[in-house]
Amino acid sequence: MAEIVSLAEAVERAIHDGDAIAMEGFTHLIPFAAGHEVIRQRRRDLTLIRMTPDLIYDQLIGAGCVRKLIFSWGGNPGVGSLHRFRDAVENSWPAALELEEHSHAGMANRYVAGASGLPFAVLRGYNGTGLETLDAGPGSVPTIKPITCPFTGETLTAVSAIRPDVAVIHAQRADRSGNVQLWGITGVQKEALLASQRSVVTVEEIVDTLDPRPGAVVLPSWTVSYVAHVANGAHPSYALGYSARDNDYYAAWDAIARDRVAFSRWLDEVLR
Amino acid sequence: MTYSADEMMTVSAARALRNGMTCFVGIGLPSSAANLARATHAPELVLIYESGTIGAKPAHLPLSIGDGILAETADAVVSVPEIFNYWLQPGRIDVGFLGAAQIDKFGNINTTAIGGDYGNPKVRLPGAGGAPEIAASCREVIVVVRQGSRSFVERVDFVTSVGYGSGPGDRERLGLTGAGPKKIITDLGVLEPDPQTLEFTMTGLYPGVSASVAKERTGWDLAIATEPEIIAAPTQAELDALRRFQGARARSHQ
Repeated sequence: MAEIVSLAEAVERAIHDGDAIAMEGFTHLIPFAAGHEVIRQRRRDLTLIRMTPDLIYDQLIGAGCVRKLIFSWGGNPGVGSLHRFRDAVENSWPAALELEEHSHAGMANRYVAGASGLPFAVLRGYNGTGLETLDAGPGSVPTIKPITCPFTGETLTAVSAIRPDVAVIHAQRADRSGNVQLWGITGVQKEALLASQRSVVTVEEIVDTLDPRPGAVVLPSWTVSYVAHVANGAHPSYALGYSARDNDYYAAWDAIARDRVAFSRWLDEVLR
Repeated sequence: MTYSADEMMTVSAARALRNGMTCFVGIGLPSSAANLARATHAPELVLIYESGTIGAKPAHLPLSIGDGILAETADAVVSVPEIFNYWLQPGRIDVGFLGAAQIDKFGNINTTAIGGDYGNPKVRLPGAGGAPEIAASCREVIVVVRQGSRSFVERVDFVTSVGYGSGPGDRERLGLTGAGPKKIITDLGVLEPDPQTLEFTMTGLYPGVSASVAKERTGWDLAIATEPEIIAAPTQAELDALRRFQGARARSHQ
């Protein structure tokens, strides 16, 4: 059964230095407030997993929390670069960043394998790409390999499962027993949460009963470790039915992240 | 009537989409063009975004591939594993509409890193996203990208998404199920693969663009069709629709 606790307590209990963490949410429902709490609690040496690192991982990388990034698209959607991510890769600031890089289809399938309790997933993908070559290169732990279909003999691609220590997601609602409900673009959150050992879910509101919603995903309380009530906890991302994506914030982040001094000022504000 | 090179490019890209097609849309220029097509000659164009929104009908241009307006106007919203596994992978989607940071004469796309080496690049780009499998599995691909001698290169620094690899036979050898890139639409005109060599050739130019400018702004020895098509300038209706969309996005930001 999920425990309903404060965000600070959820992060303190679930997330430890050195953990592999998946904070998921595909453009929608990105758990920003939880990410900021991880920065405030000064977690270090994290492996961060996320299809689209987005501003949330740009912030964690710049804050020096991250050792390794497992991802598939590291940009500021519709705006441009993630400058903290780039500074870490191009100049090792504030620290070198190890990369494990995939395509979206590969990452999505790796979560599916993790959620399914399988060591790998199969897809048509990566053939002829530099990602496949990199993965097989010196010093890398392989996560992409060819596999032969036992029925047709066709060569397909296997990708290894992702099994994070902790999944962190944001959802619209939970009930008082800790059952979680999310709708709209639900991304890969269900798979990320079921693939993980522990989980933290922030929600817009806690309600007496979860009335049915078209297309909603429900995560039963017994699959969730901690639920924390954080209204607007996805800002500047959004929660359909509660808030709109703050596209101006995404545009304004470009100038903050571009400059180490401006970023450090932003960081001081978060840590205060 | 005055219009910018970017407007001409977007209009030209929109014209490449036919009514009733299904289109897997990348963000940025491809999304502008796909939405313009839906607002003009192709009202039944089915827009599919990798966020899992199928049949999105946004009233203004989304900034990201997961803006709320895409989910609210979609025929169906599915999970991210589902959009790639059930919808893209089996070859259900007619056309993949992609952008690029760097592209080579065989239509291979780099969105990963430029210069230096992978571990220590000069410019780190966002990475693959959905593009490798869009490029592999859509029935065909159209790339929308501004043309320049540093972005149009003999060979990309990193193959993020495969076009024709190193030439004829490569897609078949790699087991890629879609036909690959059929057009590169730029701010100068349109390139199409040579039927024999699969090397991209300039087959269309916009009004006022010369073949020599196209050659200058290409990093490989660009072949130009003997009689390149002169592509019609944007109509007033096309420009009005495009500007209405872009104005609506600007307003939605306020």
